[in-house]
Amino acid sequence: MSAPTHRGAAFGVETIGMTKIFGALNALDDVSIKVRPGTLHALLGENGAGKSTLVKCMMGFYQPTRGELLVDGQEAVIRNPRDAMRLKLGMVYQHFTLVPSLTAAENLIVSRPDCPSVIDWKREIAALDAFMATMPFKVPLTTPVSGLSAGEKQKLEILKQLYLDRRFIILDEPTSVLTPDEADEMLGLLKAMTARDELTILMITHKFREVTAYADEVSVLRRGRYVGGGLVGDLSTADMARMMIGDTEIRERATRREQPSQPVALELVALHAADDEGLPAVTSVDLKVRAGEILGIAGVSGNGQSELIEVISGQRPLDDGRILVHGKPYEPVRTEMDRLKVFSLQEEPLRNSAVPRMSVAENMALRTFDKPPIASLRWWLSPAPMRARARELIDRYRVKTPSTETPIENLSGGNVQRAVLARELSGDVDVLVVANPCFGLDFASVAEIRTQIMEQRNRGAAVLLVSEDLDEILELADRVAVMSGGRITLNAPIAATDRAAIGHAMAGGH
Amino acid sequence: MTDDPILTVLVAMFAGAIRVSTPFLFVSLGECLTEKSGRINLGLEGTLVFGAMSAYAVSYLTGSPWTGVLAAGLCGAGFGALHGYICKLPKVNDIAIGIAMMLFGTGLAFFFGKGFIQPTAPRLEAIDFGFLVSNPQLKVALQINPLFFIGIAAAVVLWWAFRNTRFGLVVRMTGDSSATARAMGTSVDGVRFLATTIGGFSAGIGGAFLSLYYPGSWNEGLSSGQGLMAVALVIFSRWNPIACVGAALLFGAAGALGPALQSIGVSQGYHFFNAAPHILTLAIMIASTSPKRSLKGAPGELSITR
Repeated sequence: MSAPTHRGAAFGVETIGMTKIFGALNALDDVSIKVRPGTLHALLGENGAGKSTLVKCMMGFYQPTRGELLVDGQEAVIRNPRDAMRLKLGMVYQHFTLVPSLTAAENLIVSRPDCPSVIDWKREIAALDAFMATMPFKVPLTTPVSGLSAGEKQKLEILKQLYLDRRFIILDEPTSVLTPDEADEMLGLLKAMTARDELTILMITHKFREVTAYADEVSVLRRGRYVGGGLVGDLSTADMARMMIGDTEIRERATRREQPSQPVALELVALHAADDEGLPAVTSVDLKVRAGEILGIAGVSGNGQSELIEVISGQRPLDDGRILVHGKPYEPVRTEMDRLKVFSLQEEPLRNSAVPRMSVAENMALRTFDKPPIASLRWWLSPAPMRARARELIDRYRVKTPSTETPIENLSGGNVQRAVLARELSGDVDVLVVANPCFGLDFASVAEIRTQIMEQRNRGAAVLLVSEDLDEILELADRVAVMSGGRITLNAPIAATDRAAIGHAMAGGH
Repeated sequence: MTDDPILTVLVAMFAGAIRVSTPFLFVSLGECLTEKSGRINLGLEGTLVFGAMSAYAVSYLTGSPWTGVLAAGLCGAGFGALHGYICKLPKVNDIAIGIAMMLFGTGLAFFFGKGFIQPTAPRLEAIDFGFLVSNPQLKVALQINPLFFIGIAAAVVLWWAFRNTRFGLVVRMTGDSSATARAMGTSVDGVRFLATTIGGFSAGIGGAFLSLYYPGSWNEGLSSGQGLMAVALVIFSRWNPIACVGAALLFGAAGALGPALQSIGVSQGYHFFNAAPHILTLAIMIASTSPKRSLKGAPGELSITR
């Protein structure tokens, strides 16, 4: 179905005055962007800036309230995703849309609108091989997708769009699950395809490095509006950042206070743990975190970091190894957490560290509800001191909530994270375990949360920080460890390593 | 030779495996298809009982047992379609609906079936393969109902269809990742509705076997939870139709253990041995699951695995 060459197949897409109103919310306000044929166009913006709304309007998932779409210079009416497909518009989502139990070949075939009712596998595999031969990257065809690496899955998603002959592809944060090397390889190949006029790409991203290295043009959205853009060569990173953030006031970051080396507070000795399938996920992990130090664990998601955090916080059984706090064996149970002052800030707080339907006050009291002043005689709980304490924390940590009695799930992501942070950091912290604390948050919340973590370090807490965001690690950590395939592949002071070495270790290099 | 009690028991279990397994097979194939599409239909127990009643009634009224089988299938499809339709509505839990449908199906079958407990309906004829062997017991065991072969053929077709047809791939896609299916413009509810309906059809035929062949009459105690055990059986066979055949045979053999032992004079613990399939269900569930890992091969959209 796909001819081997597509030189000149690229076409451009333009939005004119695109507006989308959801009830009282103006998600998209008069946005006009022009993506020229054969270019890689970056769409920058914070969470909630309207990037997804814009591309969903282009792809027919939403109907714009007002505005027009020009495809290849012609006005196009896209009522549903099928219309978009017919016009050769395709999208690769941030979350994979491959079926895990199907093989790569099955995924490709089933995605075809003209999928035959009975599949002649011999012929189809031959056709797929011929198609793959014309493509810049390869993926094994007969392995179930669940057995592919994140990089291979991302490539397969893009191959799928090309297989379906989509020549205008929207990529939503395409490199979030890739190692820096994989990201560079993939973006390099895609850039070459656009340069050959085979393809036009609109890429949603928040990584300036990728914009400056690969994009031809950029458009920046803020609060649903187009706030600027142009040729990437004409703009500095600072210009783009200013457009993205606008005049939002950002709390000043806590500075790293230099302090003498202190004793080891948290020590992991030969930890082993299995994942949900029973396969080894964490393999002989040895780490030491000193008091007053942030140890950052970098790595591509799915390399055992989540399992490691779950083991330390008591959500997953430890198969082998020991956890020591201040040199004493530690079991992650409530009494010991309390006694040894171990606290944690988990990823996806609504899933891992808050009860979504309980109120903000109750969630904030999860560590203290069985102690005075909330509890008397260890079992009688009084709501008044609970609420009073919640009000105090809400003020101190600037949690935006209608009241202390609002279910925590009704809060925005940043405020849920602030509320959990308030609970975990309000006491005396000796050991703090943090996982992807800023995932999906806006600039102001990110700055605030990183400041809080740094303050804990300066106060003398030992901080274990797991993050998929390498920039976060480079900003906060005193020491970097890299996890790949469940093992620690690098462990060095931040000054003794660099982005390239970390990227190499992420890919499993030693 | 026929005096050897162990051989007698084994032959009886072999015969039982063939005779008793058929309803397990049909229900589990139906459940397998439904679960592959991402939904659990616990109502198949009710469908089975209603299928048994309707098959018997139609066979009695028309004089043709095969018309009865078809009627049972159609009634089953009706129940499946109802389950599929209700689960399409927002905020509905498929397991809760399944339990309701199970009670509804059995209740309705008892209500309409009152008048058919007494009369004798024409039963399905078996195909006699007894000429192949000389052992008299085996001769009896090899009187095999055509539905058994249809069931095995259906399992093979289903297994083949899951990998080689568009329908099969779409069902697997819907069951493993509804987001993907939706992104490709597939109607997730539509696919599940269809899968549940076909699954119900299959379970209805399983019921027809109960009332028209073995045990071969209609009464209210006809099914002893085969419909529910078939759900366990699907998990045991890891959602693979071919493995469903093996699992059904195993359950059938276990079901024949009690009567087989009684036939050689072991009457002690008769009721205990009769409970063998239930104990087997429990044992299999314990052995094949673990709190530490998720079920391998489970469709990703099933409400029990999510």
